[in-house]
Amino acid sequence: MTADTKNRAIHSLRFIRGDELQIPTYKVLKQDGTPYKGAKLPDLDKHTALRIYKAMVRTRVLDERMLAAQRQGRLSFYMQSTGEEATTVGFAAALDDEDMIMAQYREQGALVYRGFTLEEFMNQLFSNERDYGKGRQMPIHYGSSKLHYMTISSPLATQIPQATGYAYGQKLAGDGKCTVTVFGEGAASEGDFHAALNMASVLKVPVIFLCRNNGYAISTPSNEQFAADGIAPRALGYGMHTIRVDGNDILAVYAATVEARRIAVEENEPVLIEAMSYRLAAHSSSDDPSGYRSKKEEENWASKDPLSRMKQWLLLQEWWSEDEDKQLYDIDRRDVLATLKECEKHPIPKLEEMITDVYDVPPPLLKEQLEQLKEHIRKYPEAYPKTAGRLDNE
Amino acid sequence: MSKMNLLQAVNNALDIAMADNPKVICFGEDVGGFGGVFRATSNLQEKYGRDRCFNTPLVEQGIIGFANGLASQGSVPVAEIQFADYIFPAFDQIVNEAAKFRYRSGDLFNVGGLTIRTPYGGGIAGGHYHSQSPEAYFAQTPGLKVVVPRNPHQAKGLLLAAIRDPNPVIFFEPKRIYRASVGEVPDEDYQLPLGSAEVVKEGSDITLLAWGAQMEYLEMADQLAEKDGISCELIDLRTIVPWDIDTVVASVKKTGRLLITHEAPYTGGFGGEISAAIQERCFLHLESPIARVAGMDTPYPLALEKEYIADHLKIYEAIKQSVNF
Repeated sequence: MTADTKNRAIHSLRFIRGDELQIPTYKVLKQDGTPYKGAKLPDLDKHTALRIYKAMVRTRVLDERMLAAQRQGRLSFYMQSTGEEATTVGFAAALDDEDMIMAQYREQGALVYRGFTLEEFMNQLFSNERDYGKGRQMPIHYGSSKLHYMTISSPLATQIPQATGYAYGQKLAGDGKCTVTVFGEGAASEGDFHAALNMASVLKVPVIFLCRNNGYAISTPSNEQFAADGIAPRALGYGMHTIRVDGNDILAVYAATVEARRIAVEENEPVLIEAMSYRLAAHSSSDDPSGYRSKKEEENWASKDPLSRMKQWLLLQEWWSEDEDKQLYDIDRRDVLATLKECEKHPIPKLEEMITDVYDVPPPLLKEQLEQLKEHIRKYPEAYPKTAGRLDNE
Repeated sequence: MSKMNLLQAVNNALDIAMADNPKVICFGEDVGGFGGVFRATSNLQEKYGRDRCFNTPLVEQGIIGFANGLASQGSVPVAEIQFADYIFPAFDQIVNEAAKFRYRSGDLFNVGGLTIRTPYGGGIAGGHYHSQSPEAYFAQTPGLKVVVPRNPHQAKGLLLAAIRDPNPVIFFEPKRIYRASVGEVPDEDYQLPLGSAEVVKEGSDITLLAWGAQMEYLEMADQLAEKDGISCELIDLRTIVPWDIDTVVASVKKTGRLLITHEAPYTGGFGGEISAAIQERCFLHLESPIARVAGMDTPYPLALEKEYIADHLKIYEAIKQSVNF
């Protein structure tokens, strides 16, 4: 479209109102696990369905246990994804395992689905010397190059234009892969969101923008975040495909992502998916939601639990039983605790790791600073007990 | 060898980099078919196609966010910010993202392929927003390299090195001398080292240090001082970070005096960093206080630009004060 739009001229004065467009929510499964009348179920085999469900359960258990560990002072920080597991596991299941995921921080379900082990989670959470990130970032800032999961960073929405750039590189490489970037409805208020969507549409990039609209950005309810009909309609202004899905409905999330991926990879067109859900837990271990929302509201959403909805569906398919379900939770709880106890014992990374990876090789001034630090630690070893004993066997 | 101005040298370096490596991709505002508002990317789209040289929407945070993603994928983006004055919307993507990408991921991911090119500096009646020299803002960010060439030969060799360096590099191009600075440039592919200063002229009484377009004023001041019998050693820093302390230390130990000049404002300018570091390392060799001749601590003015600039006469006066201290 250019400035010349006379082919669609009108001659009566009329403003278009923001509320004229209401985007409906795509739903497949009811809470009792039966499909809505007329809803077409996606092609999801038993093996994949169980892989999804098991990843959702493990994510829930990991979140419960690690929050408890944070409360006991065993790790400095934690963020749960409770209530959003159908979104964070469901989208990953719909992708090729080599598609790049660039997430915000509440998407551990996607990592679980791709096979990130409990040890790998714990090493990062405890900042021990086995952490891929070398203990440099706060807990929950996971990353895995072998699982095509970009390392998380705290600044919100910065990954969204990066996803557009990554996907542009994939298009040029012609490898048939796409990038999915996940972010909350709060992050969508950042300028980087606008930059990313506009560039993706103009440059025709195979990227999927997945917004987790969970009602809150810390204490800010979504009606103080935006005045329009959520995030999904924004895509239309950028000339992009868009859909709103029930984020607690695994089949809706899965089906929408499968089709979005097809559009991205086959047509080189970006897609926006807005997954409607609710942040059942606190924002983080540093937050108490009782100060800004009601128990009644939380209970209402707890009754729409995505795990329970998927379980009901699996039971009706006769792919799963209550016994197997109980056993799964028991084993996961046991494994999470055992891994936690093991990984919290490992030491923190060596002092040298403070200066590696700032550049490909440390510049001379930085090496000089490390030598000064070592001298200092040798002088006051009791003040630096985690590194002092490990300076001499370098 | 060919005679080129600084812009042609930049264009030639981009051409060589793109021919040499199909992963090199140039983009930014007006960079595509038009070839850039200064014509630094002329003919590159024609030669390498729209996929590898293209216009972006007008959004600096998007250009650098996109470039970070593209670099993390393994491509070699050369992103242009039209004026250094407009790099600030991308400050977050540069400082929090590009600079920390490798470190925070434990080297699982990096944006080492990234180069950001941007015209900087005053002297062109550009007022507040077409004159700034923001190198010091980036100098305090570990993880970035910051490079400034002073002539066409430097521009080509340093830009090729920046594009191929496995770290994100901000390449500030001195737009005042884009066309004015003309010199012989080798036609072949060559690189000049990053992190290394160049002793442009040897001397014995005082060390004069600058970078980019400011080297021109430094050379003019040196000619005035020479008539007074003052022997100046001239150093072009070339790389702001990581900067070549050893070369500067060696020179100051020899001359016993140091003058640093830059276009950017005095307070918080990179001259302060150099001054402090040299004072720590050369305390017993210094015969006069380290002099800094810089822009004033004001926004860059339009009508009073001539008065504002740290020109050759201001540098000349500071040389005499230092030598006569």
